[in-house]
Amino acid sequence: MSGERVTSANSGLSKPSGTGRLSGLLQRSEAARGISLLSPTLLIMIIGVAIPFGILVVMSFWTQVGFGFDTSLTLANYQNFGERPIYGALLTRSLWMSGAATVATVLLCYPMAYFVAFHIHRNKMIWIVLITLPFWTSYLLRVFAWKVVLGYEGVINSALMTLGLIKTPLEFLLYSQSAVVITLAHAWAAFAILPMYVSLEKIDKSLLEAATDLGDGPVWRFFRITLPLSLPGVISASLLIFIPTTGDYITPALLGGPDGAMIGNLIQKQFGAINNWPMGATLSIILMLSIATIALVFMFVTNFVRKRIS
Amino acid sequence: MSSKSYIRRPNRTLQIYAAIFLIVLYVPVLFLPLFSFNDSIYVKFPLSGFTTQWYVELFHREPVWAALMNSVKVGVTTSLIATGFGVFAAKAITRYRIPGRGPLVGFIMLPLVVPGIIFGVALLVLLSQLGIPLSLYTVTIGHVIVCLPFSIATLIPRFEGFDRSIEEASADLGENAWWTFWRVTFPMVFPGILASLLLTFTVSFDEFIMAFFLSGTDPTLPMYIWGQLRFPKEFPSILAMASIILVVSFILVFIGQWINRDAQAKTLANEDKK
Repeated sequence: MSGERVTSANSGLSKPSGTGRLSGLLQRSEAARGISLLSPTLLIMIIGVAIPFGILVVMSFWTQVGFGFDTSLTLANYQNFGERPIYGALLTRSLWMSGAATVATVLLCYPMAYFVAFHIHRNKMIWIVLITLPFWTSYLLRVFAWKVVLGYEGVINSALMTLGLIKTPLEFLLYSQSAVVITLAHAWAAFAILPMYVSLEKIDKSLLEAATDLGDGPVWRFFRITLPLSLPGVISASLLIFIPTTGDYITPALLGGPDGAMIGNLIQKQFGAINNWPMGATLSIILMLSIATIALVFMFVTNFVRKRIS
Repeated sequence: MSSKSYIRRPNRTLQIYAAIFLIVLYVPVLFLPLFSFNDSIYVKFPLSGFTTQWYVELFHREPVWAALMNSVKVGVTTSLIATGFGVFAAKAITRYRIPGRGPLVGFIMLPLVVPGIIFGVALLVLLSQLGIPLSLYTVTIGHVIVCLPFSIATLIPRFEGFDRSIEEASADLGENAWWTFWRVTFPMVFPGILASLLLTFTVSFDEFIMAFFLSGTDPTLPMYIWGQLRFPKEFPSILAMASIILVVSFILVFIGQWINRDAQAKTLANEDKK
């Protein structure tokens, strides 16, 4: 009984050693144990992500008939997307807006990540926790806070009017694309800093000293050593913001108005008021495909540039 | 020495930038509590007077309590399931050589990146095809999917942070895998588990987009708030509610991050060596 216990524990915990069938068996059982531990998670991901996504793909080839679906497979929805310019326009606008938010976030967060990586020597964790804290809290409420700040009679307008700087409220603040871009950049800042911080932190400081010893000034040193070495962090930060914000629903719904609506709002409408689920499925698939394409092209281009630099 | 000092030298411009960055990061959110104590239903300057009436009014509202209870139920269930699965997954990822590990981990981490609306509608489509009615259970499924990557990402540093030879020693001394887990692994990763429970509870409690697509007639708290946003006269009480939620969320997340800070610091330091 106890002997059995030891062997069963050993098979999982000790590293595969020996040769031939024994090691093959141990390795296989190690993989099997790993997979079995991972299986609850994999199962829920398959049920909750892979299968639903598969059905979404299938549904995008169906068509809406009254309150039911015509389940014969056609490309009608995709054709519809091509023929009605409103869909394409909304998609392009979404991509542009999250592109703008991504660029703004990365540019604004990079110096902060740089500061924590190079200029904070004690209590780094407090800084990291402080910066990432807002990211964990209610997205809805953080967006709502911007509605309060940018509103027609909101913080900025009423403060400026009380100070006598303006007579009538600035209307462009709320319900505009810029309101959405500002809010997105603010909401995702905490998320963008981490990957950039990690790759800046990884940089071997002796390289910087070497550059200085060889006569580089601070500016050259930054552009020749620090920036290229931190590019992986910048790339992952860009993707981590761009991909989720393209499909954002809350921010454009609360702050966008008609001008700032994004593709997420249209997808929601297909599943809500318009009640054309297959078209909603098609729009979701097209959104995913465009994001994936852009992400791949972006990764390819940055990889190419990195190779050229080094 | 001088070659080192330029890196160590404090950079005034960057310090000021960092201070402004933190202010801008936090100030918009701080306007919510500020106006929640303002004695006016309009959210604007100048402030007209101090009041706690919005909080008192909130306290007497039945639907708020119902929504709160729904959110707590979903949040507790979600955090327990996500953390339970997360412990096994993090152990599997850090301890065993699994074929195709990279793609598998990528697949599990997808919800961190893919727009929530895609998962929401995909799950909605599956549920409706299966004829499963929307309820708090369906919201919980959605939240578990959203929370699992957070749980696993919180726990992996814990598992990486301690020496696996301690587990081997326990096995060599005759404990089976199950007892080794309970008497060695579990106490060592316990701070990570606690952190994961707190963080996933907060994420679920504050989550909106999954709940938006997957909830039936029982609203979670964010859904209730969303419903009230249409009515301008409800603004002050939403501000009060938002302030309470934000304060509680910040405290929970801060505790969670703080418990787990040494593991996180260790991973960041390990990244340094690679």
